[in-house]
Amino acid sequence: MNRKNNNLAGEGIDYTVVWLYGILVSIGVLCIFMVEYKTNTNWLATFLGGKTNYSKQLIFGGICALAATFILLTDSKIFTAFANLSYLLGILLMLATFVLGKNINGSKSWIPLAGGFNLQPAELCKIFTSLAIAKFISRQEIDFTNIKSQIVAGLIALTPAALSILQHELGLALVYLSLLIAMYREGLPAQFLIIGSCFGLLALATLIVERDALSITLTILAAFIIFLAYRQVRKKQRLVTIAAILSIWILCIGVQRYVVPYVFNNVLECYQSTRIYSMVGKDYDCSLNKKSNEKVTGKAARKPDDYNVRQSKIAIGSGGFFGRGFLKGTQTRGKYVPEQDTDFIFTSLGEAFGFVGCTIFLGLYLYFLFRIVRIAERQRSAFSRIYAYCVASILFFHIAVNVSMTIGLFPIVGITLPLISYGGSSLLTFTVLIFIMLRLDADRQMVLR
Amino acid sequence: MSAFNQNRSRIVQIIFIGAFILITLQLINLQVFSTKYKMAADNNAFYRKVIYPDRGIIFDRKKRAILENTISYDLVVIPAESKGTDTLALCALLNIDTATYKKRMRDLIFKNGAVKPSVFESLLTTENFARLNENMYRFPGFTLSERSVRSYPYDCGAAVLGYTAEVDTGFLRRHKDEGYEMGDYFGTTGLENSYEKILMGQRGIKRFIRDNKGRIQGPWEKGEFDTAAVAGKNLYSSIDVELQQLGEKLMQNKVGSIVAIDPKTGGILCMVSAPTYNPNYLTGNQRKKHLVDMMYFDPRKPLLNRTVSTTYSPGSTFKTLVGIIGMAEGVIDDQMTVSCGGSYLGCGRRMGCHAAGTFTLKPAISKSCNSYFAVAFRRILDNAKVNNRDITLGLFNEYAYSFGLGKKLGVDLPSERMGNIPTSKYYQKIFGKNWQACNIISNSIGQGEITTTLTQLANVMAIIANKGWYYLPHLIDSVEGGDDYEMLARFKVKQRTKNIAESIFEEVHEGMQGTMEFGTGAYAKVPGINVCGKTGTVENAYRGESLKDHAFFGAFAPRENPRIAIAVMCENAGFGATSAAPIASLLIEKYLRDSIAGPERKAKIEQLANMNLIPPQMKRLMTKQDSTKKVTLKKSIAKK
Repeated sequence: MNRKNNNLAGEGIDYTVVWLYGILVSIGVLCIFMVEYKTNTNWLATFLGGKTNYSKQLIFGGICALAATFILLTDSKIFTAFANLSYLLGILLMLATFVLGKNINGSKSWIPLAGGFNLQPAELCKIFTSLAIAKFISRQEIDFTNIKSQIVAGLIALTPAALSILQHELGLALVYLSLLIAMYREGLPAQFLIIGSCFGLLALATLIVERDALSITLTILAAFIIFLAYRQVRKKQRLVTIAAILSIWILCIGVQRYVVPYVFNNVLECYQSTRIYSMVGKDYDCSLNKKSNEKVTGKAARKPDDYNVRQSKIAIGSGGFFGRGFLKGTQTRGKYVPEQDTDFIFTSLGEAFGFVGCTIFLGLYLYFLFRIVRIAERQRSAFSRIYAYCVASILFFHIAVNVSMTIGLFPIVGITLPLISYGGSSLLTFTVLIFIMLRLDADRQMVLR
Repeated sequence: MSAFNQNRSRIVQIIFIGAFILITLQLINLQVFSTKYKMAADNNAFYRKVIYPDRGIIFDRKKRAILENTISYDLVVIPAESKGTDTLALCALLNIDTATYKKRMRDLIFKNGAVKPSVFESLLTTENFARLNENMYRFPGFTLSERSVRSYPYDCGAAVLGYTAEVDTGFLRRHKDEGYEMGDYFGTTGLENSYEKILMGQRGIKRFIRDNKGRIQGPWEKGEFDTAAVAGKNLYSSIDVELQQLGEKLMQNKVGSIVAIDPKTGGILCMVSAPTYNPNYLTGNQRKKHLVDMMYFDPRKPLLNRTVSTTYSPGSTFKTLVGIIGMAEGVIDDQMTVSCGGSYLGCGRRMGCHAAGTFTLKPAISKSCNSYFAVAFRRILDNAKVNNRDITLGLFNEYAYSFGLGKKLGVDLPSERMGNIPTSKYYQKIFGKNWQACNIISNSIGQGEITTTLTQLANVMAIIANKGWYYLPHLIDSVEGGDDYEMLARFKVKQRTKNIAESIFEEVHEGMQGTMEFGTGAYAKVPGINVCGKTGTVENAYRGESLKDHAFFGAFAPRENPRIAIAVMCENAGFGATSAAPIASLLIEKYLRDSIAGPERKAKIEQLANMNLIPPQMKRLMTKQDSTKKVTLKKSIAKK
């Protein structure tokens, strides 16, 4: 996966990242090979044949190498210049899917291209959004502590997210939330993250704890805090404080008793609710779900279960400490894990190389992320820094969520493992993301706007 | 400006690390501490295929295989691949209609899925196999698969050899730790059952990898951990298959049994339980039908092994034993005479007799005089030296036990019965404390409560022949490659009766030889061989209806150097001398001379074989059954 660079373009490029990129893509191809391998096949022939997924991934790798080289040869100014325009293009493409879209695995987010390849604009839009946010925040007149600019930045991120939800790509929509991390680095108040996490916790508690028990707990907690605050706070402010605490209490109770069930029953699809419930080890009653009830008239809704997660956990768990060895995974060879070459690619690795392999692999990723953070911090240009942080955030989110869902820590959402999962769109997106960053980094002496 | 938030880059990194630590912890949980996932994975992916070894072969005493294996074929189908099969042609070949075909397919798919091979028709007949084999190209998705099946090349010895059947849940529960699985076969009856451990061999296990739909992907680790099947060991039996065949022929159309023993070794030479059936009936694909027919619908109960699993009053054959015991106890001697006027009246009640005259022991045996043995029996019980009938009967019984009566002999066949030698406790219950010898006088002539199996009776003949010792009667002499389970050890131990002088046996031999020469067994003489025999005729009744007597005959030959001891019984055949005795004589001749000499004797075989002695109550039931069958048949025809 090494790529040729001419001297001009090769200057100042962070080769550690390039190497890491190459290694990860190679691991990816091997993982796909493990998934698809059948005994008694001539692997060399199938690798070159272009029929199998690993062979296709190799071709995608080649295309990505070309794209990467192309990016490295461009002038980095182009990215600042075209940031907004590309964002617009991305949104347009996403809108276009509603017209031209092709249905793959239940999500109508693909635009068919020539030669049997399909393009997923939502994937590419990550790049454009990152660029746009970097461009917006890095503008001289923007003070990011200002609430108004925070809202604008939020809108930039949320527009493609909203479109993704409309395309039934919940996972991709969630990815845009990860840009909060980048924004946080740029001065987004920590309260956003904290309050966000608190509500996340509350939602989780709603799932796990009995409804009334949780209400009582919250009430006791509120009473306790009021009791403490009553003594601490000066008389004048007591009323205000108590009112604030009470309103928070009402908000929490409201979320817990009404909002969360409403979201599960009316906003999410039945299968999504089931996945989330199954993650905490509970069954979701689909008859409560409005959307599934609407469908009942059409065809009987198949009872969704947690087959995927179960098989995925079995595959990873069966790897043990040292794994079963390359191509020796019984679960992988028996195709027990669905979608194993895309979203569940981590299972093949977990089975073949065990805990040791997984740890090394995750270590590689973590090193990759840290390297990007380091690159970000050494930029003189705000645009480059923010963009690098966006890349790190997106990568982090993808890795964390994808791995978590294969090991049962996160409900299943369609999110790929960066550079590893089979799929041209995904690979190309990450390649472009990373190499734009490398191009910007190579020109870090310049102050770009 | 950028320096403003620089410390936040640390926090971002901490978030990254936190998430990765969380993931690692879960990985430790899944991969290092849980074992259940590994097991679940094995359950998912491994298919254990049991490789069945060939069962051991059983040879007769001349090393002829009497129970061996042949290859049979199953028609196996993978329903998902059977599209394009010429259904009509297949149905025509198998002689089924398309509705049956569809139903079977549905059932198979329901039971075993569409992508896995299932047995469509098992154990094809050779004819069907040949026809199918030529036409297989027309039936994609179907294959013929080999399987080893038991076969009985001499078509005989059904009751002795037994058959195999698929294990059921009850069997699995009883034999939990012996590694049987659903679908295995095991010996259900006969030698197949007794020597199951040896015959079954050692099953091999092959492990295959299977995919998410249960399709086999190939051997696991190239078969490195597979174990090979080890064929069952062969058994050498003491059976003489020609003798067995002759015995079965002679017992045609009769209900009864024959046991012949080599007195020198205790090896059983032939063991016939009539009516018998062709053991090959229970191997093919009609097995179930035949089994049900015989088990439930045949009133003659052909599946019952009458040699060990039914007990009879031994009748007059038991008199030999009464004589021996009387002599051994010194209560009678060879000088004692009893005169009989055709019945014994000593007990107030008349006990009929076949012979009249004055007898000592020898002629009393030869002529089977009831009175003599009634007197002898009374003398044993009323022994003045002891003066306690409980003790004297106990003593009598000890002799009987030492002759292998009243307990399981330990023949190497399942479901052997013990017979009955009643004790004084039993009689105290019935007749009170002061029971009299006259109360049980029927025992003296082998009737009353005394019952034995025919094998026990044959063994008594062997003991008399040997003059006081025997080996436990058994069918298997040796195991090829060694008797690992020590199953044959007990057959090598010489058993002795209570101490009885040889002269007493000489006396009895003399009497038994007399039976053949001028006594009740004169019909059964074997020219040129000194046979010692004793007839028996046992009164019996069935549901209050007095039936023809059971015919018994016990013998051994030649007297000088006994090589065969034999007991024959024919149910409801009348006087012992007309059926049981000549059958025994033919078998003795066959065994000792290896063939039957002379046209007269050969004609006798045919005559005996054609003699129909099916008891009348069974005949009635059989006709009833046949007519109901006809009626149901007519009905079913009428329906069509």
